[in-house]
Amino acid sequence: MNTNRRDFLKVALAGAATALTTNTAQARPPKDLPPDAVGILYDATLCIGCKACEVGCKNANAMPTITDPALEQAKDVHAIWDASSDLDSRNLNKIKAFAQGTAAVKDREQDGYSFIKRACMHCVDPDCISACPVSALTKDPLTGIVGYNPDACIGCRYCQLACPFNIPKFEFDKPFPKIVKCEMCRHLQAQGEIPACCAACPTGASLFGRVSDLLQEGQRRLNLPPGTYQDYPLHRLDSGQQRSAEVRGYHPHLYGETETGGTQYLLLAGVPFENLGLPALGPESSAQLSETIQHTLYQGLAAPTLLLGGLVYTVYRRTEAERHADDVEERRHD
Amino acid sequence: MTNMTEVYRPIGGRLLTRHFYFLAVLVLIGAYFTLRRFIFGIGDVSNLSDGFPWGIWITYDVVSGTAIACGGYAMALLVYIFNRGQFHAMIRVALLASAFGYTLAGASILVDVGRYWQLYNVFLPQYMNLNSVMLEVALCVTLYTLVLWIEFSPAILEAMRAKRALRFVRHALFFFIGLGILLPTMHQSSLGSLLIIAGHKVHPLWQTPIIPLLFLITAIAMGYGIVVFESLYAAVNLGRRLETDLLSRIGAIIPWLLSVYLIIRLGELAISGDSVYLWQPGLEPWLFITEIALFLYAIWILFDAKKRQRPTQLFWSALAVVLAGTLYRFDAFLIAYNPGPGWHYFPAVGEMMITLAIIAFEVMAYLFFVKKTPILAADS
Ligand code: SF4
Ligand code: SF4
Ligand code: SF4
Repeated sequence: MNTNRRDFLKVALAGAATALTTNTAQARPPKDLPPDAVGILYDATLCIGCKACEVGCKNANAMPTITDPALEQAKDVHAIWDASSDLDSRNLNKIKAFAQGTAAVKDREQDGYSFIKRACMHCVDPDCISACPVSALTKDPLTGIVGYNPDACIGCRYCQLACPFNIPKFEFDKPFPKIVKCEMCRHLQAQGEIPACCAACPTGASLFGRVSDLLQEGQRRLNLPPGTYQDYPLHRLDSGQQRSAEVRGYHPHLYGETETGGTQYLLLAGVPFENLGLPALGPESSAQLSETIQHTLYQGLAAPTLLLGGLVYTVYRRTEAERHADDVEERRHD
Repeated sequence: MTNMTEVYRPIGGRLLTRHFYFLAVLVLIGAYFTLRRFIFGIGDVSNLSDGFPWGIWITYDVVSGTAIACGGYAMALLVYIFNRGQFHAMIRVALLASAFGYTLAGASILVDVGRYWQLYNVFLPQYMNLNSVMLEVALCVTLYTLVLWIEFSPAILEAMRAKRALRFVRHALFFFIGLGILLPTMHQSSLGSLLIIAGHKVHPLWQTPIIPLLFLITAIAMGYGIVVFESLYAAVNLGRRLETDLLSRIGAIIPWLLSVYLIIRLGELAISGDSVYLWQPGLEPWLFITEIALFLYAIWILFDAKKRQRPTQLFWSALAVVLAGTLYRFDAFLIAYNPGPGWHYFPAVGEMMITLAIIAFEVMAYLFFVKKTPILAADS
């Protein structure tokens, strides 16, 4: 058994060495934001929770309204509001409310409440794209929009596992299901329009623009003195339309500036983002780590090819007797 | 090296036993739920959700199932790479179990993926995403399943008395044996790498950049475990001669693998600082401790030359290795997986019945093959 032990230890050590060199090997560089990438800045302190953005989204993307029969019967109304409570395969965009204590004052951490808008963040370095085996999810090289192609998708749902925000949704209730996620109304943008949520928003809480400009706008807002009145643009950053509103005070963080390598959907709020159900994420995407490890181990198939050569050669030598004996036996039988 | 007097024989005996009928009923129930899945959708038979997109079909049938089916891989390593010819006669039955394990993992993928009619897209170059760990797993597992059947084909050809084909296969076999060692090395580690991209959703006691190495070592250990387990099972239930000596020598390899695994796993936890999660309240530390305890139990028994000579001890320790490796995979993929507040998962009846049916079918096919085709070495 002794040679065996030594052999196995050798293999194990070689494996460990490979794994350890992963750290020192060239890491896959982070992805850059396309210069003209577009995005949305959502400012929770401006949001009034009217959900006009949700209605706009459903109309623009031909999604069904979800009703709550029990609630409607109790209130004696019919189909006047959308009753879904979270993102799912029928909701690409969702306004949620988070309350603390007495929930008396908006945008306050203690005894306050805040809205938050959830949709695909259109990551700069998207984990979903790295995960998808068949390139069904792709990032537009100009706009940076992360789009979905059902003709490629096999429905493995690895993108759901990979996305740090649990964004891709799957039609579990359909025999021929698809993945569903916000594509920033790319069909409208192709016609020169802006995403439906931003077009519908009456307060400027959902604001469309170039990501580089939105980043500046976000930083500008973080520095506004609370209590003063300021002009806030409506619908799109350069629309020229604006509205004066009181600065309610921001939690000093522009969510999406660095998270998971940056996102094209940026968030501002008066309360910490963890309280609004957003994960605390480091500046590197998991895709970066995953791809670094995978490509370090495989060296673009060079390592497996070498190993295969060694294995086949060893086996060839070890089975020589077998092949030979076989021939002898065959001849005897013939 | 190889003992050329090796003879394989069908063990014969009645196939349609009461056991066999029971398994057939399980398969029928599973078939019913599978039908429902294809008519009404995945949600009709499963508790899968947007938070838990992967359930027992992936975690058991694919991730654990193929690791349990690593017997053929582990024995090929032993016989052809480490030149232990005395185990050659055990390869064929190990390959059979592997071929079934992998084929049925493939079958459950067909049930699990939503858009199965487009599954061939993974083979089309215009769609392939070379950054995707999933692509690597998909291609490797498919290819290895084919390789397994080629490696196993001499048994079928012998039964068919197809001499010409047999000679042809025998001469090309060395290449497929080599490939059959490379591919599981790749995808058994990649099955672990699948989780890296899930980042914070995988509990820190399981999430680590060296997860591919940990998955690979446990898969090989599970491969030896299942070979020992299956041989002992066949001895008791199919009236085969007990080959305790040979089995205990295979068993003796396992504790070395597991020790390396434990040193790497615990060492990494200590170095990364993630060991602090061991002291946090909740289920996770207990799951972790259960895994380690099972591994330690197997190490304790199998390191002891006297204990591993006893069939019962050997049986339980081999089972412990398989269970520990399976629990490790369940914890990482499901039990300690946390997509965020509000999401829960426990498999639905239909989901479990489909998985049970797949296991039952595997056992039925195993019984059919060992009884009707020359798989097991003839008892001398
Ligand atoms: S938020 Fe999720 S789905 Fe959207 S781009 Fe990022 S990883 Fe992909
Ligand atoms: S479910 Fe579709 S889009 Fe998502 S990773 Fe799988 S193939 Fe890609
Ligand atoms: S439309 Fe604007 S103000 Fe109304 S809920 Fe949506 S983001 Fe908030």
